[in-house]
Amino acid sequence: MSLPSQVLHIDLTKRKYWIEDRGELFQLYLGGTGVAIRLLEEECPRGADPLGPENPIIFAVGPLNGVLPLASKTVAMFKSPLTGNLGESHAGGRSATAIRSAGYGAIVIKGASETPIYLAIHEDKVYFRDARALWGVSSAITVGRVIRELEPSPGLRTIMRIGRAGENLVRYSAVMLETYRHFGRLGLGAVFGSKKLKAIVISGSKIVRVKNRKLFREVYREIYEQSIKTPLMKKYYELGTPINISPLNKIRGLPIKNLKETSSPLAEKISGELMAEKYLGRRVACSHCPVACIHLAALREPYPDEKYFYKTTMISYDYEPMYALGCMLGVFEPEGLLKLLDAVEVLGLDAISTGVAMAWATEALERGIIRKEDVEVELKWGDYEAYIEAIHKLANASNEFYKVLGMGVEKASEVYGGKEFALAFGGNEMPGYHTGPLAHIGFLTGARHSHLDSAGYSLDQEHLKEGKLPDPEKGAEELFKEESWRQILTSLVICFFARKIYKEDLTVKALRVVGIETNVEELRKLGVGILKAKNRFKIREGFDPSKLRVPKRIFETPSPHGKIEERYIKRAVSKFFELALGQGDQ
Amino acid sequence: MKRLAVIDSERCVGCQLCMFVCNSRFGDAGLTKSAIKVRSAGGIERGFVVVVCRACPDAPCASVCPTNALVKRKGGGVILNPSKCIGCMNCVEACPFRAIFWDVEDNKPVICVHCGYCVDYCPHEVLAMEVWPR
Repeated sequence: MSLPSQVLHIDLTKRKYWIEDRGELFQLYLGGTGVAIRLLEEECPRGADPLGPENPIIFAVGPLNGVLPLASKTVAMFKSPLTGNLGESHAGGRSATAIRSAGYGAIVIKGASETPIYLAIHEDKVYFRDARALWGVSSAITVGRVIRELEPSPGLRTIMRIGRAGENLVRYSAVMLETYRHFGRLGLGAVFGSKKLKAIVISGSKIVRVKNRKLFREVYREIYEQSIKTPLMKKYYELGTPINISPLNKIRGLPIKNLKETSSPLAEKISGELMAEKYLGRRVACSHCPVACIHLAALREPYPDEKYFYKTTMISYDYEPMYALGCMLGVFEPEGLLKLLDAVEVLGLDAISTGVAMAWATEALERGIIRKEDVEVELKWGDYEAYIEAIHKLANASNEFYKVLGMGVEKASEVYGGKEFALAFGGNEMPGYHTGPLAHIGFLTGARHSHLDSAGYSLDQEHLKEGKLPDPEKGAEELFKEESWRQILTSLVICFFARKIYKEDLTVKALRVVGIETNVEELRKLGVGILKAKNRFKIREGFDPSKLRVPKRIFETPSPHGKIEERYIKRAVSKFFELALGQGDQ
Repeated sequence: MKRLAVIDSERCVGCQLCMFVCNSRFGDAGLTKSAIKVRSAGGIERGFVVVVCRACPDAPCASVCPTNALVKRKGGGVILNPSKCIGCMNCVEACPFRAIFWDVEDNKPVICVHCGYCVDYCPHEVLAMEVWPR
């Protein structure tokens, strides 16, 4: 088969599985996001409890996975326990290659097990393995190590697993795969936890057919050369995403201490340059990506009780986790920050939401909105040891306060107050950009409330160079156009970091390799259709654009474009949803 | 002659492009027919192991082939005659590097022919062609 078509269905309640051919879905919607949203519409009952057995977990890959470089990602879709509507998260590792090589275009998991289990999917066979002994293990890294020894096919498999946070249903817990990659945002970890699903291993070695062999080699070479021999990908492989810290700090667009500040000389202590110089120990890649953007720091620590006795931990560092757990918490001590990043990894939390939640709690404590007895830890900007203690309490849902905080800052501020500085957009905690209004409009309007939905932060910075902002309506159109095209990338499923390589024309050419004849116009239209389907699902599940809350803090703290005007945001948001919810291009 | 050599596996980032392009020599995508394999050395934090035929001058895999489907090549390594192969997998067991992989589609071993195609797609100089025997 040159196109994916098989959908594996797994029922955890009955411990049954079956395979369906859904070739028509893949023909119409390519794969990834395009197919996953249709499966979610079919499989998720209206008003489903995100933590109930009826909530499906959907993984989908696309026609270029396993075929061309940089098509290295898998899309996960589910109803989000954090926002109560669309849950969509993307991850790489070896997941996309493994799912495609196992013979599937998508996997749908429903039901719930009574006792902890993990799934082993080896091509056409699914095994429901007892995971009672793995439940409650303190580190998600250990869980991966254990399963690695139990299951076959090293190098050709993905091992997804949750940590304590997922078991304890923290609404922004993550699913970790291949140790340093994640389905991080919107709480897939909690959905796993609610199903008593500790882990999934997937492997296979089925052939992936191509239609046009000559073109296959040609396009392969073209993409490879662009990714290695041109400067397009340089920022991702040299210093990695932390390269952003210094420039954002310089333009005063870096959110610090719950966005009370946007710049600090201390931020230079955790710049991409300094981190690489002092700590970079290894660079690694997702399967089928020559770029290797994953940067691992080697943290060498002496044991206090024994002389000349050390441990060295490899800790992944990226811009967003460093923003959330570093800048937002005032933690600019690189080793302290690395320890915090490691704790979040081990516990299986989403780094962004966790950092923003801790930042809200710190300010709430400062202002006396919450009490020391609630938090149990004296949270202070920069005190990473206190934060490490607090996130353990958070992951373990150790008291009423942490249970509420584990539902996100939207919920926590409803219960305790402090909404004006609770930095969530559409219920999802804020990513690391206070670059101007377009970043925030992107967080508000993006189907996943993620900075990567429409990259408003990037538009802000482009317009900063021009010296002025577009009209709000024009800004909304730019964001909508970008988010629509990105639906095509995530349907294929290509890493967003390769968006400057997979431009429209090359994407059309790449699709011809697998026998899909299309054109730019058609793809754009399809992108709009997929984005609209996602927004329709959100509305179906109760999302109301007119009720979107904008945290006051973003109007108080000036951005590089100066003070952000509420009116500008309102006009742009309204225009965006006019486009996203309008008729046509179904 | 020349052979494909792993020059420095510490430089390997685990992108597996060598595996994908090796497989693509036969025209299709995926990893079924790949004669080289990259896996982690017990977790990605520990780096990677690159497994490929070392072109043994006296290849044990050829010695255990009951049908002479594997023939020793001059200078090292082996050549497969697929029409003679009965798929017994003796060769897989005989290689201490486990560098003979299995094509489940054709039920035949996949053996590196030391063509060097993968070298062109290794972005970090892990692989190189070298004169052999040294």
